[in-house]
Amino acid sequence: MDLSGKKSSSIEKNENIVGYVFLFPILINFIIFMAFPIIFSLILAFSHWEFMQGINLSAMKFTGMQNFVGIMKDNWFSSSMKNTLIFAVSTVPVGISIGLVLAVLINKYVFCQNFFKISLFLPYISSAVASAVVWSVVLHPSFGPVNEFLKSIGIQNPPKWFADLKWALPSVIAFSIWQQLGYIILVYMAGLKGVPADLYEAAEIDGAGEVRKFFVITLPMVSPTTFFLFIIQLIGSFKVFDVVSALTDGGPGTSTTVIAYYIYRAAFKYYEMGKASAAAWAMFIIIFAITLFQWNQQKKWVSYS
Amino acid sequence: MKTGSVRNNIVKIVLTGMLMIVAITTIMPFLWMISASLKVEADVFKFPIEWIPRKFNAVANYREVWMGRYNFVMFYWNTFKITVVATVFQVIFSAMAGYAFAKVQFKFKNIIFPALLAALMVPDQVILVPRFLLARWFGLYDTHAIIIILLSFSVYGMFLMRQYMVTIPEALSESAKIDGANHFRIFTLIILPMSKPIVATLAIIKFVWTWNDYQTPLVFLKSRSLYTIQLGIRQFASESGTFYSLVMAAAVCTIIPLIIIFLAGQKYILEGMAAGAVKG
Repeated sequence: MDLSGKKSSSIEKNENIVGYVFLFPILINFIIFMAFPIIFSLILAFSHWEFMQGINLSAMKFTGMQNFVGIMKDNWFSSSMKNTLIFAVSTVPVGISIGLVLAVLINKYVFCQNFFKISLFLPYISSAVASAVVWSVVLHPSFGPVNEFLKSIGIQNPPKWFADLKWALPSVIAFSIWQQLGYIILVYMAGLKGVPADLYEAAEIDGAGEVRKFFVITLPMVSPTTFFLFIIQLIGSFKVFDVVSALTDGGPGTSTTVIAYYIYRAAFKYYEMGKASAAAWAMFIIIFAITLFQWNQQKKWVSYS
Repeated sequence: MKTGSVRNNIVKIVLTGMLMIVAITTIMPFLWMISASLKVEADVFKFPIEWIPRKFNAVANYREVWMGRYNFVMFYWNTFKITVVATVFQVIFSAMAGYAFAKVQFKFKNIIFPALLAALMVPDQVILVPRFLLARWFGLYDTHAIIIILLSFSVYGMFLMRQYMVTIPEALSESAKIDGANHFRIFTLIILPMSKPIVATLAIIKFVWTWNDYQTPLVFLKSRSLYTIQLGIRQFASESGTFYSLVMAAAVCTIIPLIIIFLAGQKYILEGMAAGAVKG
């Protein structure tokens, strides 16, 4: 076969066509439903738009930073922001720590590994909405089984959980950890497989106990996995929506509202598309900044060997 | 040595027992859900909990969920349709794009690929409003079509496919090319069959996410006749709120099919997700 000269340029042309034919469905979807929306939402974030009278682009007015100023003054937004931060800084470290300890135990120190792996994973694949419905009944303030149990062991006024101003957010956090734990364990168990066994053997010869082995070998060896989970879980917790929408609708009051719920509420309950877009971009910038910060910090505690 | 291993086994048994408590507490809400769904309403909150109901009312409860006012058959059918179609599309489109990035040398490949990956960073909330407006403009608001279109596209699936296909030796495609096969034949007859494990992983994960997806139908559907099971159970729970045995039966119907799929495809799901899975 002669692949030089004219022939090879026709092959090259052919490769171009084939490449784009294979890419066509994804590319067209990307342009219409991803690239365009990103640009459009950026425009919306800086505009005022009376949406109520139907979709009419000429009713759109450029208003500069007004939407951003608007959300900053909005009490709902500041509560959402505060709650999202509390949610993130509690679910992520707690979930990851419990997950790591359980993964190490399941990996080495127990019988029936598969049973534990599967049962702890069930909440993760179960529908958030259906699980939320179950939790809200189990934690029903007046006759749910949990409070019945608490009363039976002598606690007079058990918390009202999701209906309690003080307890609602911690309950949502607990639900979320319950849901994510199986995934964290799973990822850690995959990470633990990569830790060479001879490291532990060497430590044993030096007389290291199990606890010491955990801190000296396991913890640093799985630090890349910890880093991965930290980023994924942190991003996920900033975007949390299903859980809040299904459990509490942001209530009682503003006690469990989060940014993603604020955006949804602004856009589809009050049709304030500009405000919703501004809040969405604020959220994106925060997520981006935190990820970037994490990325730059990783040298300090993540060891790639 | 011997005493050491006996001691180790005792430690192991104790830890297994402790972890058993953790595991059972974790699935306790599901056990309670199943038990409550079988009871007559008056017994649901009896304390101490009757895990095995003394009076069974399962048939009536489930009949009410499936054939009563709420028509779970319809919710199931809607969810099933959306999930299967979106999963099939997504697997096909992801495989095609993955093949293009792994095996075809086309222009601007090195610009398009990172551009698509960068899109993974953008949270759904940023594009939600414009997507909603697009749906209205295209006349696709309140249809299953828009949900299928939106869920058929996933950068994550494309990336997964590409990473897998890149590892298939180039020599295989080369020798097929010499035999006169074009890219379409190589894709369908060689690369795709060799990518079966990743196709299975993506298909199952996608099935699970689509089945459980709540936000997309919540934003894009309005008519109750189009509701998916996630919207259905939400509606059911808020409107039949005080009939807890029925609500639990509905929750069982929402959760159990996936648990069955999970137990059947355990290997693929656990491996796929451990391979660095993100929701997508």
